[in-house]
Amino acid sequence: MADHKKISAYSIVRNNTVSKNGALIFEYEKDAGANDFLLAAYRQFAINYPKFYKMDNLCKLGIIAAEVLLKDQTFESNDPYATGIVLSNANSSLDTDIKYYDTVANIASPALFVYTLPNIVIGEISIKFSFKGENAFFIFDSFNADFTTHYVNNLFDTTGIHRCICGWVDLPGNDYEAILFLIEKKETLNEQEAFTKENLNNIYYTSNGKS
Amino acid sequence: MEKAKLMEDLKQQIIAQLNLKDLTPESIANEQPLFVEGLGLDSIDALELIVLLQQEYKIKLSNAEDGPKVFKSVSTMADYIIQHQTENA
Repeated sequence: MADHKKISAYSIVRNNTVSKNGALIFEYEKDAGANDFLLAAYRQFAINYPKFYKMDNLCKLGIIAAEVLLKDQTFESNDPYATGIVLSNANSSLDTDIKYYDTVANIASPALFVYTLPNIVIGEISIKFSFKGENAFFIFDSFNADFTTHYVNNLFDTTGIHRCICGWVDLPGNDYEAILFLIEKKETLNEQEAFTKENLNNIYYTSNGKS
Repeated sequence: MEKAKLMEDLKQQIIAQLNLKDLTPESIANEQPLFVEGLGLDSIDALELIVLLQQEYKIKLSNAEDGPKVFKSVSTMADYIIQHQTENA
């Protein structure tokens, strides 16, 4: 059973709330937009990472979800190549694409241009946490637990990763949503912790008011 | 334009343009290096500083090799702007 994989932790950021493993840990004003909420969450969790301010909102969302997911997690190995990242969303980097397009009429903004790809959120998480493992970003109409489990299992089987951060990071304007899972090569006797598409879907669709 | 006033304006513009929300104009020394060991700016920030010169002061950096010298500090940026404005007066 050595190849069993476990959902060690999960974080959810949506509707101006942040939760970890099903427990609400931060709630902000319901009427606040994504900008204000993300900044409030950054301050709440005392992330202290000045580069955060320069990021686009998709990356800020990913960083906050990853920060919450990885807080207090300890790993047997600090090998930077041991952690893979597989993320997906429906709106790619459209939020920033539009903002960048608006600057093109005058002087195109280099700082916005660098965020006009959705996989940059993986890069920002990797830089923040010093991860160098395999990674990939996919676009789907909605969260695809079937594909995610298949692809992540394949990464475990064919590369040297020992753990993988996977999930959904989407930001169409203020209607953002991030759910990240930390998957580790560990045995678990708890069926609900097993890395299966059913468990991913169960967490995604039932946690924190999503139904 | 007086250099002291220009440096004050530049500090505010740099903070706004580069989204350095943790900083205040007072926390940036005139001679403090802007890159690496100073404010820790990177290559994308350098491009934003070029945009800032163009937008705010109508100055195009004609020679890219001048970049490291011009963007060494707020003081060197101010010197470059004053020199450019004097030449074009």
